[in-house]
Parts: sequence; C-alpha cells; structure tokens
Amino acid sequence: MKSIAFGQYYPANSPIHRMDPRAKVILTVLYIVCTFLCRNALCFAALVLSAILLTAVSHVPLRMILRSIRPLIMILTFTSLINIFMTKGEHLLTPSWEIPLWGTHVWRIRIFEEGLWTALFMILRIVVLLVGTSVLLSYTTTPIALTDALERLFAPLKKIKVPVHDIAMMTTIALRFIPTLMEETQRIMNAQKARGADFTSGGLIRRAKALLPVLIPLLVSAFNRAYELAAAMECRCYHGGEGRTRLKVLRLRFSDVFAVLLLIAFGTGIFFLNRLGIGYTMKG
Amino acid sequence: MAETFIHAENLSFSYQGSNGGDDVPALKNITLDISKGEYVAILGHNGSGKSTFAKLLNLILEPTAGTLIVGGTDLSSGDLSDEELIALRRRVGMVFQNPDNQLVATIVEDDVAFGPENIGVPMPELRHRVDGALASVGMSEYADREPHHLSGGQKQRVAIAGIIAMRPECIVFDESTAMLDPLGRREVLDTIRMLNRENGITVINITHYMNEAALADRVIVINDGTVLMDGTPDEVFAQRDRLREVGLEVPQCAELIHRLREAGIPIEGTAISHVESCAELLAATLRGGEPAHG
Amino acid sequence: MDKIHLDHVSFTYSAGTPFEHQALDDVTVHIGASRITGVIGHTGSGKSTMMMLLNGLSKPTSGNVFLDGYDVNSTAKELYKTWLTLPEYRNLRKSTAKKAIRKEVEARKRRLCFRVGLVMQYPEYQLFEETVFKDIAYGPKNMGLSDEEIRERVLEAARFSGLDESLLEKSPFDLSGGQKRRVAIAGVIAMKPEVLVLDEPAAGLDPIGREQIFEEIRRYQRSTASSVIIVSHSMEDMAEYCDDMVVLSQSKVIAAGTCEEVFSKVSMLDEVGLDIPQITQLMRRLRKMGIDIPENVYTVDRAVEILKRYYQSQKGNLT
Repeated sequence: MKSIAFGQYYPANSPIHRMDPRAKVILTVLYIVCTFLCRNALCFAALVLSAILLTAVSHVPLRMILRSIRPLIMILTFTSLINIFMTKGEHLLTPSWEIPLWGTHVWRIRIFEEGLWTALFMILRIVVLLVGTSVLLSYTTTPIALTDALERLFAPLKKIKVPVHDIAMMTTIALRFIPTLMEETQRIMNAQKARGADFTSGGLIRRAKALLPVLIPLLVSAFNRAYELAAAMECRCYHGGEGRTRLKVLRLRFSDVFAVLLLIAFGTGIFFLNRLGIGYTMKG
Repeated sequence: MAETFIHAENLSFSYQGSNGGDDVPALKNITLDISKGEYVAILGHNGSGKSTFAKLLNLILEPTAGTLIVGGTDLSSGDLSDEELIALRRRVGMVFQNPDNQLVATIVEDDVAFGPENIGVPMPELRHRVDGALASVGMSEYADREPHHLSGGQKQRVAIAGIIAMRPECIVFDESTAMLDPLGRREVLDTIRMLNRENGITVINITHYMNEAALADRVIVINDGTVLMDGTPDEVFAQRDRLREVGLEVPQCAELIHRLREAGIPIEGTAISHVESCAELLAATLRGGEPAHG
Repeated sequence: MDKIHLDHVSFTYSAGTPFEHQALDDVTVHIGASRITGVIGHTGSGKSTMMMLLNGLSKPTSGNVFLDGYDVNSTAKELYKTWLTLPEYRNLRKSTAKKAIRKEVEARKRRLCFRVGLVMQYPEYQLFEETVFKDIAYGPKNMGLSDEEIRERVLEAARFSGLDESLLEKSPFDLSGGQKRRVAIAGVIAMKPEVLVLDEPAAGLDPIGREQIFEEIRRYQRSTASSVIIVSHSMEDMAEYCDDMVVLSQSKVIAAGTCEEVFSKVSMLDEVGLDIPQITQLMRRLRKMGIDIPENVYTVDRAVEILKRYYQSQKGNLT
C-alpha cells in the first residue's frame, strides 16, 4: 500500500515536540513579532543565533529545513535586488552608472551601503521567520494537535458567537479525509486512463477539460462520503460541541510557561538592542 | 422468554417521491419482536427494505405508520426530545457499510472516544472505556495509529470499538462486511459473535451473505418490504425454492443436501446450515444408508 | 501461445523510502488466450498491482510483461536491432526505419490500454457523463473512432452488460448500484479489448446480482472468444466461473493451472488462509470421516454427482 506523506510533521521526541501545542502557537506568534522588531546588525545576529538554537533543539534535520526554504529563493532574490537598487541612503558605493533607456531617459544605477544592509536584513528576516515557524510549529506539531490548540486558544471567541468548535471539527474531518480522497483521486485517474484518458498532452484548456472525468466522480463520491459520515456522526450522538468531554486533556507545564517567558525576555532584549544604534539601523 | 427489546407492529415506511411523484413504500406492515440478547440476521436482496428497517431503529429515518418501540422508547410517536434521541442512539449503536466513511478522527483512539465524548463521559472513565473497547475488538496495539493505514477489517473493528465505548445494549450492523475481504469479514464476524455471547449485546446483522446469516440464532428474510420468513437458519434454509424466488441462495452445504434429496437420497435431519452439521447428516446416510447412530 | 506472459516480474512501491513495499516478488504467470482466468489472493497479496501492470498503468520494477509475445514495456531503442531486419523496415533508409519503429512503439504503447481493458474495483465511482450512452462512449471516443462505429459499439456493449436500451439516455447517477456497475463494465467492453480484466466485478452485489454479472461476463467471453481475467478473493465464485486460476499469496504465485489442478492442492490453499469454498470444506470433512471421496471438489454439481455415485455403490454393496 502506498503511503501518503502528509503535512510537514517530522516525528521525533524533542523538547519542542513534547511542548503543549498551545504554548507553541503562542511562541510562534511571539517569535514572529521578534523578527519584526529587529532593526540592526546586532539584533539580527541574535535572531539568527536563536533560530540555529531552536533548530538544534527540535531534532529536525537541517536538510528538511533547507528544503522548505528552496521555493522561496526566487522571492528572496527579487526582494533583495529591489532593496539593493531602490534604497537610497548617504553612503554611495558605486559611481553613478547611467543606462540610456529611450529618448532622453536614462536609468541611473546607484548602490548605497544602506541598500546592501536592508537587503541582507530582509533576507535574514524572511529566512528566520520561515525556520522559526517550521521548527516551532509545522515540523514539530501534528495537524490535529494544532487544530486542538487553536480550538482551545480561541475558545473565548465563542462568547461573541464565533463557531470555534465547528471550525475545529471541520478541520479535523478535512485532515482525516485528505489521504482518503487522495487515494480516491489516484484510483479514478487510473480508471479513466484505462479508458484512454490523456492528462498530460495538449494545451491548458484541453488538459483542464481532460480532468473533468476525474473531478466529477471525485465530487460525487465526496458528497456521498459527507452524507454517510454525517449519518454516522449522528448515530454516535454528535450534537455539536456542547457538553462534550475530552479524551486528551492538555496541561500547561512549567516548562511551557518558562519557554514563553524566555521568549518575551528575548523580544525585550531585541527591543533595547535596537535603541543602541550600533551600525546601520533599518527604518520602518 | 427474554425481555423484548424491539417491538414493531404494522410498521411502515415510505420514501418521499422525487419531484412531487408518488411516495415509494420501502417497508409495509412489518410486525416482529426481537428479544434482548438475540443475534438476528436480516436477509434480503438489494432494495428489499432491509437497510431501511435498520435505519428506523435509531431514528435516522422516522416511521411513516405503525408502532416501533425500541428499549421501551416509542419511536413512532414522533415527539422525541433531543435528549431522548441521544439516549436512544447511545443504546442502539450502528456500524455502517463503508469503513472509511464512519471514522471521524485522525487517530484511532480519538475516534473511539468520539461517541463517549459526545455523551459527556468524563475522564478517567472515558480513558478506561476507550482502552476497554479497543481491547475487546483486539485493536489495542493500534491505538495511536492513523485510520488510513489500517486494513478494511481493522477499520471496521475500530468503528465497532467506537460504538462499544458508548456501552450500547444493541448494535445494528448495516452490511458492515460487504466491502471487506474474507479475512476482514472473519475478523468482524468473530467480533460480532463475541459481543453477543460475552457481553450480551443484542445484535442485528443486515446482510446478503448466506454464510453470514447462518451464524445468527435467528434469520428474518425481508422481501419487497415485508417479512417473508422468520426462523432459525436451518428453518429458513430448508425453504430453498422460496428463497431463490426472491433472489437469494442457500449456502452451498444446504444446496447440496437439497439436491441430493431431490435425487432420491433420503437424508434425515434438519441441521443444514453449517459444514460440520451437514457432514454429520451426510455421513450418517452414506455409511451404508443407515439412519444416524445417535 | 500465451495471451499474456509475466516473466519474473517484481514490483516495489515507494522504493528507497520507509514505506517501501514489495507487491510482487519474482512472479511468472502464463495466461491462456480465449479463457477465463481467475486471479485469487488476499488484499495485499499483489493481485491488484498485477492488473495495473497488464495495461501499462504501472511498469514492473524488474521482469517483463508480454502481450502476444510482445514486451509491452520495450523501448524503440531495444527493438532497433531485431526490427531493422523485418521486411517492413529492411528496405527503408536506416534513419527512416528508426523513425518508423519509434512511431510504431509509441502507437503500441497508446493502444495497450485499449487492447487490455481494465475494470477497476467499484467501477461505478468513475461514471461522469450526462447520459449512460456518453459514458460508455468515452473509451471508444478516446480511441478516435467514427460516430457511427462508436454508436454500434455502445449498443453492443450495453447488450453484453445486460443494460436495457431505454437506460442509455438516462443520467448514470439515477441508476441503481447494479446498473451503474454494468454501465462501467460496458464502458470498457465498448473498447473491444482483446483481454478484459475485472477487479472484483461482483463486490457488494447480492447473490442474484453476483450470478447475473458473472453469467454476463461468461456470455461475453464465449461469444467474443476474448481472454478474460477476473481478480477476486471469492474462491466460490472463481471455482464456478473460471477455466484457469492463479493463486497469489504474499506477493508470490503459489498455485496456477486449471481449476482442477489448483484445487488438487487444496490443503495448501487452506494453510495460507484462503477462503476455500464451503462445498470443498464439506467434502474434505466427509473424507476425514472415512468416506472415500476425492477432496478436490469445488462445485456443488460435482459434489452431487460424486455423492450420488457413492451412495449407489454403498447401497449396491448392502443388497
């Protein structure tokens, strides 16, 4: 049987894996705030150091993390080029090259030291953001634990009539059925291929049309499944979130609280490092 | 006589006609009683109304006429409160045909807990029930697996555990083995028998497999929305020709006995539902044509 | 000659990952032309994988699949040497001949799924067209046939599958389960495959539905003289409807041949946990009880015959 690798979860038993998922959600939010607080080289050095530390603690192999950065290379290149060429500052590094465009228009290329710094900071910010969230959350938390954590964190919103439980239930069911529907898709595709369907040749429109014999049966079966599942859930006494108990009880431990406090301290530190004004300080 | 658990009298159900057409009757004037602790198989071809009957038992469908009393609750009165409905469904569990479409959670033990969580079973009782239910279907070692990695038979056993954890008095199996291979079917049937024998749970198994019906204490044959036969497997399989008329076959053993009798071989006895008992009957006749030795 | 020949075929899923799984292990099978062959095994025995190899949906990890003696996965490169000596190519310029060979190999690859028609398990879930007619016509249309020819084939296929002509303009989604199954089978029969492969064609049907479907498959096979392969885990059905059998267990072939030959190894089939027919179980039991009858009996008809004869001879001895 083919197994479908699902989500990004990397099974291991690191301190981060063992943490309460709610604490991890809070830590992730705080960490994102930290990356945006950073303004100067010293802050970013501290930030990068923290990302390396987190990765080491998480037991997630480096190559997995690098793999998740790969799709971002285009964006990183693009933003850094823009920053390098568009940031204006005081320390000009290059002579003013002028490239004639059309008529009397010229494009004046000037690269400032500030541009280089900004580009570097932006790259670091995006990479650390990505590494931090994957190590703290996506690689170390199962989708179901994450759903559970979000449901509990947002529980107070029930007071203002936000259907927190229902959203969480729907997410759980979606997670449960993704592998099933993926298998089904494969099966239907094979069945139509056996009748001579061709999903790979032709232009975009032709290919989209060729997918109809897959999408329609898939949709029909998904509706059937939904109908049957609803009946099964009703038979198992499901009547919304009211009065439900829980098999899995989440308990915040001291280490969870400690981690959150530690990160708050880290953020405060960064806030003050910015004030020191050592070297170039990014605006904005 | 054991206490009656299900009492149906002139029970009827019609599906609403589509596009304003006439209603389609699925069950007509069913009258029967099922006692506590019975193991009943309900036989019938596709479209005979057997699944409709199952769906009435815990009010997925509402009877259109007649009386239906399940565990002392009158389901035909049409004014059950939500609490009463939930209480009914806790007592009468249902296992469906497609094992994939009844598991809710991404982890086996979470799925087993789903039902009891819904009826508000508190911890640690909840944990106790989940572990007990998984153990009784032999799936304890799979507690933290993901359902989509399990075989069909295993998924179906998880579904059964999810029902057991609600401590029901009766479980209805609505063609629960139809999508399984022989191995999976055997696993599920063994589980069903165990639940009936050891836990005293009333079992209603809706099926069109004759070999499966032979395992029950009592077989009810439904055809065209009415009860055609009602008796022990031996009694029902003795009426081969009538069964064939309604699109059903008797198990191969019973078929053999019928055919041999037709050929003029005098086989005594009525126990024709199982390989073992058939072999006894045949051996008695074949050993020099004498009647059975005892 | 064999219609299909699997020669030392192995197939491994997700090789090199933790999910690696060998579905077929050095399997050699001969499937005769114009016969009904039953492939039997548990879920996970490799039988479904085997089907996908027959029409090119997957390629074996090692070994070869031959259809009429032609390796269905052969590449033009491998064939140049031998084919360049064939009369069709001998007199062409070498580059032209190579091009022609390449084209022919491509065309054969494309035609493979029409030559080996595959009906998957629960095929009613693949219906998608507005009408039954259009759905059955999907395969023939992909073959690039004329409207006239398509029409003819659809009508014929519907007849073979026991579908009434009045159903053809209905939506397939309005039909009963058994009818949907027939539409899906007709959709494959309409491609007029030389080999028709069906995976559990009767799964989930009631006894009469099962019997009808198998009768229709048999009628189709007898009147078209095509080869039919039925994959199933029901020994009872296979014993009744197949000429030959291949038994798979744990990715290997453990028995193959005519039904008679396969059932002569009935103890071994029992040992690997296959569901041997009830009638066979009964006859074996009688034999153990000291009644001298053969144990490889797998149909009720045959059992009746044997026991009748036995009874008469016993009676003869007494009088």
